[in-house]
Amino acid sequence: MDSFWSVLGGAFALVFALDPDLLEIIGLSMRVTLTAVLFACLIGLPLGAAVGAFRFPGRTLLAVILNALMGLPPVVVGLVVYLLLSASGPLGPLRLLYTPGAMIIAQMIIVTPIVAALTRQVVEDIDREYAEQFASLGVGALDRLLSLLWDARYSLLTVTLAGFGRAVAEVGAVLIVGGNINHVTRVMTTTIALETSKGNLQLALALGVILLLIAFSVNACVMALRASAVRAAYA
Amino acid sequence: MLLEASDLVFEAGGQRLLCGVDVSIRKGARTLVMGPNGAGKSLLLRLLHGLLKPAQGEVLWQGTPLTKQAMRAQAMVFQRPVLLRRSVLANLKFALSVRGLRGAERAEKIEVALAAAGLSHLAKQPARVLSGGEQQRLAVVRALACEPDLLFLDEPTANLDPASTAAIETLVLEANARGVTIVLVTHDSGQAKRLGQDVIFLQDGRVAEAGPASQVLGTPRSEPARAWQDGRLYLGANTRSINDRFRRTF
Ligand SMILES: Nc1ncnc2c1ncn2[C@@H]1O[C@H](COP(=O)(O)OP(=O)(O)OP(=O)(O)O)[C@@H](O)[C@H]1O
Ligand SMILES: [Mg+2]
Repeated sequence: MDSFWSVLGGAFALVFALDPDLLEIIGLSMRVTLTAVLFACLIGLPLGAAVGAFRFPGRTLLAVILNALMGLPPVVVGLVVYLLLSASGPLGPLRLLYTPGAMIIAQMIIVTPIVAALTRQVVEDIDREYAEQFASLGVGALDRLLSLLWDARYSLLTVTLAGFGRAVAEVGAVLIVGGNINHVTRVMTTTIALETSKGNLQLALALGVILLLIAFSVNACVMALRASAVRAAYA
Repeated sequence: MLLEASDLVFEAGGQRLLCGVDVSIRKGARTLVMGPNGAGKSLLLRLLHGLLKPAQGEVLWQGTPLTKQAMRAQAMVFQRPVLLRRSVLANLKFALSVRGLRGAERAEKIEVALAAAGLSHLAKQPARVLSGGEQQRLAVVRALACEPDLLFLDEPTANLDPASTAAIETLVLEANARGVTIVLVTHDSGQAKRLGQDVIFLQDGRVAEAGPASQVLGTPRSEPARAWQDGRLYLGANTRSINDRFRRTF
């Protein structure tokens, strides 16, 4: 067993050498995660905003369901998506199992409720403040939804970030539906999980360092953006 | 009458907050709504504007029940101005877009509104970092930019210094001179003398007295209005809890 320091040294050597395998894994990770977050936002932002801004029967129930789905166990999502996509499943003919597409679907299912539930809260708070002014001006439903989303933009950036953080760190579901196939569905988290168990600690640790760096820099960017927004009283 | 309400009742939380309120707003006039904190002035404005539905009674706009259409002929400046998380310019742009204005016509109206509010130099600033007086001025010109027939203003100059108060009163008087009917809530006796044509004195969810300003403010018949004229601090029935505490002082 290598010492901790030599593993760490080896890991940084891989990072600085821009090891092609490493880059491929990072690239796929980002592609899968960003696509999943994009789709989750396309669904979750308007959905959450609608639940937050409009009064309709079943609204409270929907809000409770969204909140509950935030805590959806990823392995269960993985299992369900696996069953849906497996050869004998209803979506079997799509032949998506063990492809990046399957991983995107799984991550999207995990992230969408997070984006929707947090968006609902943010939009509801702003709507409480704006509702009478909008009613007085005679703002229509669609304009209202878009305006609330726009005025919540800086808070929603944080919401998106929460979704991104959850997706990029996800391992259980993507392992089940992706299978961690080399050069096909290997992403950072699944590689870390499997390479660690195989004893290839340098690659695992290198990926861990990169994952941390990505999380750190994305967070730093969003915080800087938000800080300027708060100064300008936009958030 | 431009706007009429008869026997308005509003209830919330098991309490009767407005009780048999009759109001008539003359077209082109300036009507002041006065009365102690919690009398129901803001509630009355919300009912008249159609933001709340009365439990009983009806609000008539030019003789017919209030519709969305009628609401668009009215505008309201709220007690706490509600400004969007956008620039001063974008706040005006938004209000005018809702009215279907675009392009050069909209730009021109925005420029006029900014100049009227004395905010041209702050157009690019976020609206919510403006001072209290600047925010109120923006709220007033935003409402006026929609070219309403009737403008509700809920204590538009509370907490403002004399200069800002004068600026807002000028905007209101100019609009009124153009034919905009004004309904304004105030606690400020000077303002009541400067702006008042008709006065509605509310007390504990009821109209204590209503009529021409000269009569209500000059020869008041009701106790709250008389106290106001005498310069006494009138502690009404619905301020009973504070009343008990401070009875000896006043
Ligand atoms: N939605 C509501 N539910 C319950 N009570 C309410 C509601 N809205 C207003 N009230 C109560 O109705 C009363 C009148 O409120 P309103 O805001 O109209 O007072 P106001 O005359 O405008 O007072 P102020 O001078 O302090 O602005 C208050 O006692 C208030 O607590
Ligand atoms: Mg009030």
